[in-house]
Amino acid sequence: MPPPGVNAKDFSDALKQFEEAVGKEWVFTSDEDVALYRDAYSPFWGEPEERVASAAVAPYTVEQVQAVMKAANEYKIPVYPISTGKNLGYGGSAPNLSGSVVLDLKRMNRILDVSERNHSALVEPGVSYFDLYRHIQERKLKLWVDVPDPGWGSPVGNSLDHGGGYLQPMYRNHFDSHCGMEVVLANGDLLRTGMGAMPGAQTWQQYKFGFGPWIDGMFSQSNFGVVTKMGFWLMPEPDAYLTGTVSVPKYEDLIPMIDILTLLENSGISNGMPGLGSPILGGFMMPQRAPEVTEMLQKDGVESASLHKYAQDRGIPFWSCTVKFYGPEKAIRAQWEYAQEKFSAIPGAKFKDDEFYKFPLTPDQFNKVHKPEMGIPSLEMFSIGARSPYNPTPGQGHIWFSPIIPRTGEAVLEANKVFAKAAKDFGLPLLSFSLPTTYWMRSFIFLFGFPITHDIATNKKNRETFKQVVRVAAEHGWGEYRTAPAYQDAVMDTYSFNNHALRRFHETVKDAVDPNGIISAGRYGIWPKHLRETKA
Amino acid sequence: MKCLFALTFLALAGQGFAADDATIQKGEKVFDYWCATCHGPGNLPGTVALQTKYKGAKPALLSERTDLIPPVTKTFVRKGVSIMPFFRKTEISDADLDALAAYIARNNKAPTR
Ligand code: HEC
Repeated sequence: MPPPGVNAKDFSDALKQFEEAVGKEWVFTSDEDVALYRDAYSPFWGEPEERVASAAVAPYTVEQVQAVMKAANEYKIPVYPISTGKNLGYGGSAPNLSGSVVLDLKRMNRILDVSERNHSALVEPGVSYFDLYRHIQERKLKLWVDVPDPGWGSPVGNSLDHGGGYLQPMYRNHFDSHCGMEVVLANGDLLRTGMGAMPGAQTWQQYKFGFGPWIDGMFSQSNFGVVTKMGFWLMPEPDAYLTGTVSVPKYEDLIPMIDILTLLENSGISNGMPGLGSPILGGFMMPQRAPEVTEMLQKDGVESASLHKYAQDRGIPFWSCTVKFYGPEKAIRAQWEYAQEKFSAIPGAKFKDDEFYKFPLTPDQFNKVHKPEMGIPSLEMFSIGARSPYNPTPGQGHIWFSPIIPRTGEAVLEANKVFAKAAKDFGLPLLSFSLPTTYWMRSFIFLFGFPITHDIATNKKNRETFKQVVRVAAEHGWGEYRTAPAYQDAVMDTYSFNNHALRRFHETVKDAVDPNGIISAGRYGIWPKHLRETKA
Repeated sequence: MKCLFALTFLALAGQGFAADDATIQKGEKVFDYWCATCHGPGNLPGTVALQTKYKGAKPALLSERTDLIPPVTKTFVRKGVSIMPFFRKTEISDADLDALAAYIARNNKAPTR
């Protein structure tokens, strides 16, 4: 089936040109091959609205990408670039617009440069975190890659989608830690950003901004070009790693605990990704919750006075925070001591030394650690949804609801109230209490998994609920940081300041740099002119 | 299930000689790269899932199974199951998949092709 708005002859002529550009075996048109580009975690699985490709083309070089784009532009074929296609839960390898031709960049998997002196790398989109990690290990370089969880995606794709990891703050935000890109534009033209714009510059991976407006951000979460190379800053392997946990007794202590944590992080004292927990409420990586606590929670919620008394009587802390440090042993021991001094301002705060490692890890340690915190890619994250004694009838994947909320205790408490009410209103399994994740330095992010099933009625209901919670969050000023294609329009709708000025700006740019609207139509809610008109 | 039976039948019909060592070695590489991250030893999602599913009646490690004939392995790789997604041909080509399936089947009593 040709893409929407393209006649059969143009489509077959374009496919022929794609074949000439990349070789016949790398243009996929059979139903069987094209089906492999479905999103395995699609919330539309098996429904007519499922977003599916019409074909796929897999170039091996930048020149081939340029040739494909030129042909696509000439015949107005919608294309949808993917890097490794492993963005599961955020769309995988399937396009926003059904009928698009997936531009599969997986074969472009060259690691072009890794510098141990500059602590940087330059890679193509098909390189996975595993590839980069192995490349570094094989050469025994003292470099760590900040990997997301799971780690089989690509640095290029993950950072363009604003993914995050677990090391020091300056690396944890993968887009922030990139330095320089190469981009193929809709007409096949080739662009380099930052210092890469100067022929012969030797600082492409050293200085991000080059000269003039810094446009790298425009190629993230967007559809303005096809990124074919990206530079990244890597973390020098530290001498040691230390973690310690502070616990505080009272419900209200969450507020000062987070303020102190923020101060420690923003001053660079605690430089690993902190972990928030609640010994009384239990949960992920925490002791199991006592049945009577569940009862109190169900009756009066987390503010229940009897729950607070229960915790105090038994000396069970209400909250905990694990702070983490990378660096020389002497320094990080002193940093932990300083952190304890600061947290001691909360009456009743208690401290516990947790892990301490020197690098390289022993094989035993290697097996025990949460690998991404040591810059080691892993797929262990998939255990969350996979069959296990706790989950005997697994689903088909998940999709994340992930709003950004302010980095204060007040916001965490309020968000919980709001989401608990939303859960009740929309008939979701009641969340007892959730603590945010600490990927980003300056804000918090909540991560709630929505299950994906192969049952159409369940998926339909979950989709509606998802849109409702997006709306509820936005009413409180909390916005999604990233979402699957199914919800990108709904989320973009919530960023509506001044009659959607931001989206209108995106549309103006889109029409200028991609006048035929061929690249990833609809991605992140940005539609090209001809499709905006038919949508309206 | 119906489709698996049909595949089994096809496999038996197609039986012949065992895969050669080079193919099996190539298959092991593909396995280590694409599968061992979930199906290798330890607390990994694929291994834990299969341990839970079979409760020891079959090895939890895919690489120790002796019942997975190539068409079955291939079906799982191209169709996925539960949270395990399917793999595109730019990730695992048909030739790589032949080798991978031969590697997993290398200890089978029944045919390996
Ligand atoms: C993301 C993790 C992951 C990866 C990577 C993965 N698998 Fe799986 N696989 C699983 C899980 C989980 C199951 C169990 C599903 C269930 O609960 O029934 C499974 C099941 C299977 C089964 C079915 C076995 C049975 O008896 O039910 C086969 C065959 C299989 N995988 C082959 C592979 C091969 C070959 C690869 C590499 C190309 C691979 N898998 C990669 C997670 C993974």
